[in-house]
Amino acid sequence: MQYETVIGLEIHAQLLTDSKMFCGCSTKFGSEPNTQTCPICIGMPGVLPVMNKKAIEYVIKTGLAVNCKIASYSRFARKNYFYPDLPKGYQISQYELPICEHGYVEIADNGSTKKIMLTRIHLEEDAGKNIHEGAGNYSLVDLNRAGTPLMEIVSEPDIRSPKEAVEFVKKLRTILRYISVCDGNMEQGSLRCDANVSVRPYGQEEFGVKTEIKNMNSFKFIEKALEYEIKRQIKVLKDGGKIIQETRLWNSERGITESMRSKEEAHDYRYFPEPDLVPVDVDSGWLEQIRTHLMAPTFSFVRSSVHLEEPDLPDIKRQRFICRYGLPEYDADLLISERAMAEWFEQAVKLGADPKIVSNWMMGELTKLLNEENKQIEECMLKPEHLVGLLELINKGIISGKIAKTVFEEMYKTGKNADTIVKEKGLVQISDEADIEKAVDEVLEKNHEEVERFKAGDEKLMGFFVGQIMKATKGKANPKIVNELLKKKLGKE
Amino acid sequence: MELYNLSIYEARTAIDKDEISPVELTEAVFKRIEDVEQTVKAYVTLTKEHALKQAKEAESLAKAGVKKPLLGIPIAIKDNMCTEGIKTTCSSKILKNFIPPYESTVTQKLKEQGYILIGKTNLDEFAMGSSTENSAFGHTRNPWDISRIPGGSSGGSAAAVSAGECIAALGSDTGGSIRQPAALCGVVGLKPTYGRVSRYGLVAFASSLDQIGPITKNVRDSAMLLNIISGHDMYDSTSAPIAVPDFTSVLGRDIKKMKIGVPKEYFIEGMDKEVEASVRIAIRKIESLGAIPVEISLPHTGHAVAVYYILATSEASSNLARYDGVKYGFRAEGKDLLDMYMKTRAGGFGAEVKRRIILGTYALSSGYYEAYYKKAQQVRTLIKQDFEKAFETVDVIVTPTSPTPAFKAGEKTEDPLQMYLSDIFTISVNLAGVPAISIPCGFTSNNLPIGLQIIGKHFDEESIFKAAYAYEQATDWHKRKPKL
Repeated sequence: MQYETVIGLEIHAQLLTDSKMFCGCSTKFGSEPNTQTCPICIGMPGVLPVMNKKAIEYVIKTGLAVNCKIASYSRFARKNYFYPDLPKGYQISQYELPICEHGYVEIADNGSTKKIMLTRIHLEEDAGKNIHEGAGNYSLVDLNRAGTPLMEIVSEPDIRSPKEAVEFVKKLRTILRYISVCDGNMEQGSLRCDANVSVRPYGQEEFGVKTEIKNMNSFKFIEKALEYEIKRQIKVLKDGGKIIQETRLWNSERGITESMRSKEEAHDYRYFPEPDLVPVDVDSGWLEQIRTHLMAPTFSFVRSSVHLEEPDLPDIKRQRFICRYGLPEYDADLLISERAMAEWFEQAVKLGADPKIVSNWMMGELTKLLNEENKQIEECMLKPEHLVGLLELINKGIISGKIAKTVFEEMYKTGKNADTIVKEKGLVQISDEADIEKAVDEVLEKNHEEVERFKAGDEKLMGFFVGQIMKATKGKANPKIVNELLKKKLGKE
Repeated sequence: MELYNLSIYEARTAIDKDEISPVELTEAVFKRIEDVEQTVKAYVTLTKEHALKQAKEAESLAKAGVKKPLLGIPIAIKDNMCTEGIKTTCSSKILKNFIPPYESTVTQKLKEQGYILIGKTNLDEFAMGSSTENSAFGHTRNPWDISRIPGGSSGGSAAAVSAGECIAALGSDTGGSIRQPAALCGVVGLKPTYGRVSRYGLVAFASSLDQIGPITKNVRDSAMLLNIISGHDMYDSTSAPIAVPDFTSVLGRDIKKMKIGVPKEYFIEGMDKEVEASVRIAIRKIESLGAIPVEISLPHTGHAVAVYYILATSEASSNLARYDGVKYGFRAEGKDLLDMYMKTRAGGFGAEVKRRIILGTYALSSGYYEAYYKKAQQVRTLIKQDFEKAFETVDVIVTPTSPTPAFKAGEKTEDPLQMYLSDIFTISVNLAGVPAISIPCGFTSNNLPIGLQIIGKHFDEESIFKAAYAYEQATDWHKRKPKL
């Protein structure tokens, strides 16, 4: 029997607010334990939460970016359970009335696109961390993270394979980074993913019994964990067994999922409306203000004189890159994956450069240089106008494509423009036929044997001659003229 | 008159005229405490050293001509309001040695006005109870008859005011915890409108019902204290961003043509005859001052106690989850985490607190939520609407505060339901969020105080003060003092 996979995801995204959700403590990652705490976020008696409005704004931003309906009235609720990293004994979350509902994210699907529907997006506070270290019979609690705003994005069970799941998370991550609400760092846990997984015989309407998979903290692990879990479930069913509804943890060392708790052991969270907070009213004025500022601020390399349509989310950009700029899908997908890349690209194009050539330079040389230094595009000195200047020099025949790579690297390192570098280093292309002819003659003279072999039919040697001439002219000879002269002299014309 | 029997207003006047000094007054109060505290047991913690230091500071400020409403006035604080650097126990073993590193908003405001903290008063553990017998640190007694309870949960504050162990006090009221002990101890207790006073620093029992208010010797003091503790607080989002009037400005205005609602549901079968008689006489007195009594109905009154014991316990079950032995307070060692949790909470909480946590946990549980919590919320809305409707035709509503005068210590401790019925006339007010005061309106043949409750519209404490002051000025009940 063939089985179909059904996956729904729950994404937890830490919001990039400076302060926590209900107090003024910093949300910075990696500080000494319990240095970013106060009576409010450690749940002392008698303290009260006060909502960080920025956090609500960020959730609304996200909702707008993923096509959700934004509730004009929403409410917080308490989720009750005991755990040492949860100082109040309850988490302030949302239950009945979340801020956002009914959205979708589009993912690429064999040349077309597929909509993954979103059930809801709500806001809640993060817990602290239990630290188990040393041989002692104890654990320690770090409450620095307690109270950090956390957004939960819940998808419908629309995902049909681990690959789609990864696509979905990647796309969502890109969107969250575009609108600057979450840094998307899965290693540090600012983006976390849980999955509800089940399988069913093809054609069956009804869902199979699901398991919930936790602890998948990279794209690779999401794919591996889901693949493992699907295989495991199918095997259980084929062996005549039944899937038990339970929560399972991905063990990345062993490459398997392991049972954590069964449905019977599941908590009864006893949700009820949070009486310490007033409900959130989102009026149309506020909503419009958030919508207007969805994408701002942009990067310094985008000149204010160049107007970019707003809000300019990845899907809209992708469409434009393909339709207006004629990029292949592959190029478009790579360029839109980071907002800075996309806007860098578009800035260069708006300055008059050929889109595909810009794309080639970005995906080739630029990406290579950035990777070598482990840098982001917005951190480097090379600006779109530098590349455009370089391309102009090539078009005008002032430098060769080969020299251009050297100039590009120099621009990347120094932030100088191409013109200056070419002048300083004397890299102007030799286009004077007489000068090149001299070099050609010298090379043919020196390599008499090769000339004979070429004439006898070994035409592969053409490359060798070109190489030698370039070497002799330090790469400055205009390759077109070199080719023409060579062909003439070797009697190929 | 003995200095300890002064009201805030009288003490203020005397200090300002330099007739008495803050140190004298504070020492007089501590002398009184020395004399009667072992009988009354109103306090969990006395802060004598701290108080005398504050008094000296107040004295030099007063001499320098500084004028502040509470400069040099000794006030007691119920021990569920956090005081920075001073133990705040909630009369619970689980917070026995808890010293808050922060100040509650109300005490901060009192500080800014120069008050002297006398001590932290006893209460039913976490404010759960009506007799102050559910305290881990001893039972407070009623100054009018020490074989009786002072009411609760702010029994310590009410007894301290009544016995002259402070000039005034703060209490908190979730279902009657200011008004009922005020009535039983013959003093004035006000529960302000929900949202009038910041709850920041008040250890939560039931967040949607809790409200801090003054317990005082007369109505003027109550208005004075409310002036100080009211107002929106950026640390409490449920505190209302509504302007605070000068509540003393309405004192002395006549109440002619004021419509006084008398709800028939508050004069019930089984209530104490002397209480009923006193309240009816009080209503006639108010009428004689020109007000017009109107019989009204608050039809959902009968459901109030049931609704309250679902909602308050539900919220409490969650509010008290933080006392888990992990971060502060009492911890019992256990063989693992769960064992530590269970032993800590089993050993740290008293019986009534556990009873309410269990009840609230049950009411919120999956499968029961709709039938209990949700239904109770719906009925709460009906109760609120009862008041809204009544206030379309009347200015204030007058009822007895408590169905009985102070009962004997131990009389109801074995019967929680009987104990819960002590709050039958006060609970609806919390559910509706409206303000209400209890003022003395007579004594039983046993010389036990009886309280009259005056209820107002949302954020209309002014009408309450106007009516209460007019009645108080026309009677002498508030002048009587217990013989200790």
